[in-house]
Amino acid sequence: MGAPILQVRGLTTRFRTDRGELTAVDDASFDVDRGETVAIVGESGSGKSVTALSILRLIPSPPGRIAAGEVIFEGRNLLELDNASIRDIRGNKIAMIFQEPMSSLNPSLSVGIQVAEPIHEHRRTPWAAALEKATELISRVRIPDAQSRLASFPHQYSGGMRQRIMIAMSLGCAPSLIIADEPTTALDVTVQAQILDLLKQITKETGTALMLITHDLGVVARYADRVIVMYGGRIVETAPARELYKSPRHPYTVGLLTSVPRLDGDTGQRLIPIDGQPPDLARLPPGCAFAPRCRAAIERCHHERPKLEPVSPTHQKACFVDANLVQ
Amino acid sequence: MKTYVARRLLALVPTLFFASLIVFVTVRLIPGDVIDLMLSQNDVSASKLTRDQLVAALGLDRPMWEQYGRWMGGILFRGDFGQSLWQSVPVSELLLARMPVTLELGLLALIVALIVAIPIGVYSAIRQDTTGDYIARSFSILMLAVPSFWTGTMVMVFPSIWWGWSPEVRFVPFTENPIQNLKQMILPAIILGTALSAVSMRLTRTMMLEVLRQDYIRTAWAKGLSERLVVARHALRNALIPVVTLIGVQAPLLIGGAVIMEQIFVIPGMGLLLLDAVYQRDYPIITGVFLVVGVAIMLLNLVIDLSYGLLDPRVRYR
Ligand SMILES: Nc1ncnc2c1ncn2[C@@H]1O[C@H](COP(=O)(O)OP(=O)(O)O)[C@@H](O)[C@H]1O
Ligand SMILES: [Mg+2]
Repeated sequence: MGAPILQVRGLTTRFRTDRGELTAVDDASFDVDRGETVAIVGESGSGKSVTALSILRLIPSPPGRIAAGEVIFEGRNLLELDNASIRDIRGNKIAMIFQEPMSSLNPSLSVGIQVAEPIHEHRRTPWAAALEKATELISRVRIPDAQSRLASFPHQYSGGMRQRIMIAMSLGCAPSLIIADEPTTALDVTVQAQILDLLKQITKETGTALMLITHDLGVVARYADRVIVMYGGRIVETAPARELYKSPRHPYTVGLLTSVPRLDGDTGQRLIPIDGQPPDLARLPPGCAFAPRCRAAIERCHHERPKLEPVSPTHQKACFVDANLVQ
Repeated sequence: MKTYVARRLLALVPTLFFASLIVFVTVRLIPGDVIDLMLSQNDVSASKLTRDQLVAALGLDRPMWEQYGRWMGGILFRGDFGQSLWQSVPVSELLLARMPVTLELGLLALIVALIVAIPIGVYSAIRQDTTGDYIARSFSILMLAVPSFWTGTMVMVFPSIWWGWSPEVRFVPFTENPIQNLKQMILPAIILGTALSAVSMRLTRTMMLEVLRQDYIRTAWAKGLSERLVVARHALRNALIPVVTLIGVQAPLLIGGAVIMEQIFVIPGMGLLLLDAVYQRDYPIITGVFLVVGVAIMLLNLVIDLSYGLLDPRVRYR
């Protein structure tokens, strides 16, 4: 595999709110290898989007700030780059696809301009040539009649089509990493698989690494090489996808998996698995964030915070409880 | 699009009909009578005639509806707005001479307003809550609070007291000497324009702040664009749509302001024409000015509605 393309170390992102400062991502560390698909799973509010946005320094500030950590990409810490250098990464080396296709495209710019824009800005390609490249990309995401679509506007498209355009836009500069933040959550179930298949196929062909954020376990099973499970802003377990399914070690992951009827089931299965409410990030307990909802919790879980520790060379978990008890 | 414009123009007809009727009647209800005025001034033409002869000569002895009918008929069939009651000059001639001057002043003021409002509004939004933003916002409140007739008067009075400088009183038309003309027009245009810019500036700022929070702006950042491109290419166009609407709403204000500026700076536009006509109860001129201004405002609003299509591709004209 070689060196990982992205190394996140101790990433901590905080938000100032009227209820005090909360830690949306707490000391997260993980790698993404060249060409692999890493899924980040977790309930809504567990810090998945904030993790993704922090990598490209897109956290709105105020109220947010990246309080600690490193994001090493191509040997450089993205968190320390000056503005011009981070701009040179965004949309060029690392592209991002967002959850809301309906609102993530500019309503007053033509589709052609929006797809061609990163090529024009990063590669200094003249508009005419960039638009030609955009035509290729638009047919690549299987939108028929690409040439005549250049002059059309986002409002003329359905959500699924817009997400295809977002994908086309992300491919313009042949990035080595694409971060897709719940790219299908807002779409019809029937369209979801099409979009994910497309994304998977294109990243495979181009050898692009994919960070796929989702709260849909069916997606994880079908598309991911490796899985990172987040809870309350922390990574609680990470393992190769097969291994995670076979032998989950964190009670939260177990809860997630048992709530899914079939492991390789259809996409569309949402995570509303475990009794109780997701944690309030502004009022986290001193111990494990999951302890209040955990059936396996022991005394220690309530006042000591478990660290992410290896169970095997590829598998890590943050839990005090004996793995056998969890099963 | 063509049918849309045609329908909009057609819709102007009843509006203008009622507007003209109201203006025609109310003008004649202004207290004070043009005949008394003429007789009291011992005007040469008046002194020779008795009161009844004068009334008959001016056509004011006819019933109101007949006067209106003749007046409207003249405009519709011959482009004839009637004669001034005082000078025997066709009103249309006066209007044609004065209109370009007021249009020029209004246009210049509008340009000044936009040049001031949009950049400062944008700056205020992208540097929200900085010192620059506070200064810009205080400036706009000041512009709102200080009436332009006061600023205008100060500009006329103080420089002449301090430096013995005063604006040229003899008006030079644009066609005669553009540079000299612009020198005369720029001061009233700046005073009127900055006064108008206050509201547009605040609206630009508000809309920019709103647009900058949108998902597609985050997309633009994620593409690696510079702040300049994010603002200019992705945000501004979407933020300007309501600002353009505001310009349409402000048009009557602009014309009202132009009347005052013409008065202060002695610029022979329609404002000055109207004011003199009101003093003299010169009904045909008053109604003529109102009619022309009304048409101008309605056309301006049509142009503004059409310009939405350039800013927002979702707009369809049906
Ligand atoms: N702009 C913001 N202002 C304040 N808090 C925020 C903001 N964005 C995210 N957060 C906090 O971070 C938490 C995690 O959000 P997010 O990463 O979006 O969750 P998800 O896992 O659903 O993507 C949220 O519950 C919220 O408390
Ligand atoms: Mg999210």
